[in-house]
Amino acid sequence: MNKHDFICINCPLSCSLELYEEGGRVQEVKGADCKLGEKYAAEEYANPRRILTTTVKARNGIVSLLPVRSTEAIPKRLVRDAVRALAGVVVEAPVKRGQVVLKDILETGIDVVASRHLGKMPASSEN
Amino acid sequence: MRQTRQPEVAVIGAGPAGLAAALAAAQAGLGDVMLIERDLELGGILPQCIHDGFGSIVFKEALTGPEYAQYFIDMVGRSNIDVLLDTMVLDLTAERKITAINSRDGVLEIEPKAVILAMGCRERTRHQILIPGFRPAGVITAGAAQRYMNIEGLIPGRSVVILGSGDIGMIMARRFTLEGAQVEGVYEAMDHPGGLTRNVVQCLQDYEIPLHLSHTVTFIHGRKRVEAVSVAEVDADFEPKMETERRIPCDTLMLSVGLIPENELSRKAGIEIDPATSGPVVDERMETSVPGIFACGNVVNVYDLVDYVTQSAEVAGAGAAEYVLQGRKREAPIRVVPGRNVKYVVPQIISDFDRDISFYFRVEHPEKAVVTRVSADGEVLSQKKAKMVRPPEMVKAKAGPDALKDGHKVSEIIVDVNAGE
Repeated sequence: MNKHDFICINCPLSCSLELYEEGGRVQEVKGADCKLGEKYAAEEYANPRRILTTTVKARNGIVSLLPVRSTEAIPKRLVRDAVRALAGVVVEAPVKRGQVVLKDILETGIDVVASRHLGKMPASSEN
Repeated sequence: MRQTRQPEVAVIGAGPAGLAAALAAAQAGLGDVMLIERDLELGGILPQCIHDGFGSIVFKEALTGPEYAQYFIDMVGRSNIDVLLDTMVLDLTAERKITAINSRDGVLEIEPKAVILAMGCRERTRHQILIPGFRPAGVITAGAAQRYMNIEGLIPGRSVVILGSGDIGMIMARRFTLEGAQVEGVYEAMDHPGGLTRNVVQCLQDYEIPLHLSHTVTFIHGRKRVEAVSVAEVDADFEPKMETERRIPCDTLMLSVGLIPENELSRKAGIEIDPATSGPVVDERMETSVPGIFACGNVVNVYDLVDYVTQSAEVAGAGAAEYVLQGRKREAPIRVVPGRNVKYVVPQIISDFDRDISFYFRVEHPEKAVVTRVSADGEVLSQKKAKMVRPPEMVKAKAGPDALKDGHKVSEIIVDVNAGE
């Protein structure tokens, strides 16, 4: 059996995981404090994924950027391309938390949504 | 003209601590809660913490900072909490008189029955760690860089050296990289990372950003703008080994070298500060040494999880409500003493040992296979096994008076960490 070491990133416990596989088939994961750790090690071995968080431009918002996230983790190898794909996106305030900013990013089937409400900048008054 | 207001509770600061404290005070039955915030919007630092990982304890899911804040902001919006935005508190006295100012109302005198301090913390800067060299533009703290990049839409530099491996520093290393800047490396004076292991993995290793442990910055070059920094290995006493010094061209030096609780107002009110935490000494209800003034969140001690900040704020909010509704006479406190491999414990004292108490503490050095223990005068109240404890990762232990065998009066509580069997 081959052993692969991972550090679980699901929570700050940062469990040290040992994954044992035989010919690419996961046999056992040791060291996980919870089920999430076992799942993480298996995924990290076969197809590592990360939640994507970045910002997009917001027009007429009380601030000029809108924080966004992927609704689920996307393949790790796509993170840089996903940030690039979002670089050209501009949203118009107001925006509601959870509002879809980009659907099905890079054909992953996963949407990118707003992380916050973003109010509209009040129209500037005379003084 | 000066206005005087007399709410039941005034909460200073509307970050995660202030939001949760105000809500808890309202939920405990107070109808007149005031929440004072110097920024233009609620949420404190959370709106700029766009990464995920918040809320694993409170919400049992990994939220981003803005999402975590939004939940509490919405709750405050649905409550009758009186929110004062863009309002700066200038003074606080031991008699709980607050002087605040804003451009709408001018100077405000606020005389609440109870005060909750929730001012959070502040970053250590170059001047607090004394880096030699010139004073060019381009030396920036991690939180300031985060504000520029995640709120203002500005990138502070294109070629970045990072000193310190605190969590925000590592998170910003990833952020700079994703925004197209070059992060040359992260330098850490200690022989272990300052932040959480998960951030070493997902922020540095994922992007092949080198982490140089036992290294520091020895000089900042450049008269107008940073042109380079010199780095060197340090010895066990953190003294640079000058023979290892090398020069790294860059246009930005970003610092992630620690946070300090923000206690200017606490000091003005004469509140006792614990040198170990740099925050107020608090009891089990998060009441400080000054009666009627409570404190919660990072003003008390720098928590590593916002979930713990929220929990401490809920205790403070409920405690303040209890104080207002029922009054409180405190008896001679029970001291909470850090024992083996414990650096400090919050709360530091217990005034009334009448309920289960969550003790938050940090260890002095990493240790594997341990048992953390809370004991009262030699009698063990609770114990818990842990596979691993590390200084950057706060440990929580719960204990209550029910575990006392004969219900006798306790004089001292010890929290310690021992080798497991």
